[in-house]
Amino acid sequence: MKDEAILLAHGSGSRLSHNLIEKYLLPPLTNPLLARLDDSAVFDLAGRLAFTTDSYVVSPIFFPGGDIGKLAVCGTVNDLSMSGAKPLYLSLSFIIEEGLTLSELKKVLESVKAAAEEAEVKIVTGDTKVVNRGSADKIFINTSGIGLIPEGVDISGANARVGDKIILSGAVGDHGIAVMSQREGIKFSVPVKSDCAPLNRLVAEMLEASRQIHSLRDPTRGGLATTLNEFAEQSGIGITIEENRIPIHEAVRGACELLGLDPLYVANEGKLVAVVASDDAAGILAKMKRNKYGTKAAIIGEVTDQHKGKVILKTRLGASRILDMLSGELLPRIC
Amino acid sequence: MKFIDEFRDVELAKKVIDRIGKISTRPVRLMEFCGGHTVSIMRSGLRQLLPPTVEMLSGPGCPVCVTANADIDRAIALANLPDTIVTSFGDMMRVPGSYSSLQHARAAEADIRVVYSTQDTLQIAKENPAQSVIFIGIGFETTAPTIAASILQAEAEGIKNYYVLCLSKLCPPIMKALLDLGELKLDGIVCPGHVSVIIGSRPYEFIPREYGVACVVSGFEPLDILLSVEMLVSQIETGKPRVEIAYLRSVSPSGNKIALELMDRVFEVGSADWRGIGVVPASGLKIRKKFARFDAEQAFSITTKPVVEPKGCICGDILRGVKTPLDCKLFNKACTPEHPVGPCMVSSEGSCAAYHQYGANDER
Repeated sequence: MKDEAILLAHGSGSRLSHNLIEKYLLPPLTNPLLARLDDSAVFDLAGRLAFTTDSYVVSPIFFPGGDIGKLAVCGTVNDLSMSGAKPLYLSLSFIIEEGLTLSELKKVLESVKAAAEEAEVKIVTGDTKVVNRGSADKIFINTSGIGLIPEGVDISGANARVGDKIILSGAVGDHGIAVMSQREGIKFSVPVKSDCAPLNRLVAEMLEASRQIHSLRDPTRGGLATTLNEFAEQSGIGITIEENRIPIHEAVRGACELLGLDPLYVANEGKLVAVVASDDAAGILAKMKRNKYGTKAAIIGEVTDQHKGKVILKTRLGASRILDMLSGELLPRIC
Repeated sequence: MKFIDEFRDVELAKKVIDRIGKISTRPVRLMEFCGGHTVSIMRSGLRQLLPPTVEMLSGPGCPVCVTANADIDRAIALANLPDTIVTSFGDMMRVPGSYSSLQHARAAEADIRVVYSTQDTLQIAKENPAQSVIFIGIGFETTAPTIAASILQAEAEGIKNYYVLCLSKLCPPIMKALLDLGELKLDGIVCPGHVSVIIGSRPYEFIPREYGVACVVSGFEPLDILLSVEMLVSQIETGKPRVEIAYLRSVSPSGNKIALELMDRVFEVGSADWRGIGVVPASGLKIRKKFARFDAEQAFSITTKPVVEPKGCICGDILRGVKTPLDCKLFNKACTPEHPVGPCMVSSEGSCAAYHQYGANDER
């Protein structure tokens, strides 16, 4: 079959638009709520809700370990999960640059489908716009999500308490390095894959182990360092972490050395940082290690009443230094 | 990880620190020349671990930081020419010139692209034959051979729209200039690692001979630097300053002959304008007449407004090692990585950026 390109007319509300939706967009994603094709999805929900939105503009749209479709589902599922919510329904909105091939769109949709199935969320409403060449970069996706927060769960970046332990769910830096190496054409003997993954089941299992999970966040842009600083600021506490307890894959370390980056500032899409009550830390950690997205989880530090609002890193050599927020863009070294 | 973990080994580091403590009987003042050294020292917290007798000053070895305002103004003026693409290393984008930065010029529609190497620039030149593509060639002896190679490649492949604004600078002459200024009373220098991969260790021999200052060429890992400090302290304690190499896995006394020949074919030594120090004779590289058609200075006529230096910024003093970022009134107040006043806050290898990013707790 000839690889058709998406045209402006595909977004014009014409028969072409209908064809695109009915033939390509609906079949992989369909469910009773979506299939009604009314202007809104209509459903009942009772309880405390979490509601979030995020736009995805990653370039390149396909990268080792994922693509923009997987990212758009996992990112929003994870944002809901970080409030302790069980993600239920997602909206899915495309802004497509004319010229994107139909096969590229289908590939993205397959990823959306697979990620939504894994996370057990339903895409219940959506939209498609096509813009002139140059007005977008291939495809942008927005997803919003609604989730239900279980009874007794109260998770916030402002809830960290002195004495709490900091748990990291696995090795940091994979996503950022996977995308950057794809963009820059850097090849590794062991390819670095994005860690992009839905973390809702991991969070649900952690909550089964203990309700004493005070803060949760997925360290995306700005990396682990930025997330820890946000906790310190929001909760008005200090955080001390130990460099040698932070898992980092060998290839990611190598790439960071090469590019002059600090892996603690590089983005993740399938990791979480949890601040939990000290007494329950071991139990939560044990539960995490049994989940495939938490096998390398580790306690990396703790909350203290010292140096409020700041994160202190104990270096491998035993010195300590401030771990600051990321300033500006991540830039490569030049000499 | 091989070649990384060995050089960050905690037990070995403790041993070297112990040894330095044992041999160090009097205060010594050392300068780590490279921005890369400064970052490594701050990142691993070495200053806290060294004995109090060892004082470490940061030097001018950050190519972005030493780029003069006048040269940044010229780069921006080139970018504003019609049908022109300017390429630059990432760190240069945010450095404020007298009136603007490359980043602001780009936002105002100049075509400026961040590249990792001259090879990327050659590729852009090939893909855009109707436009002039100008590489902003900053850097020390480390980057100069790659610029030379790109000019030779452009000539061989008949790439006619490739130009270089050559701002390359040389390290040994600026070390001499700093020592001649006599502001610092240095006992020893942690000499540049990657620069020495190219030039070798011989060009530093005048330093112990004429100034009695100890020299050790160092790598960039914590253990490299600790070993270099130990060697420097030992030279100073025994009263026998000389040039030694602690970075033997990369550096030889005579350097990289192929790279040096490339540089010599394309460049000749000329004066260079250093931020905070001024124009220093024979401290930079100029493109030889034979390759003048690749020289952006020859090929384009630009005019720039008078240079304005930022008020209150002491980047110049910091680059000379006379002051530290903590002495600057603007540091972490008016001048932050988000809103840099001077270049030392912009470059990832700048002292101010390193102090901001990795500042020890008691220093903030």
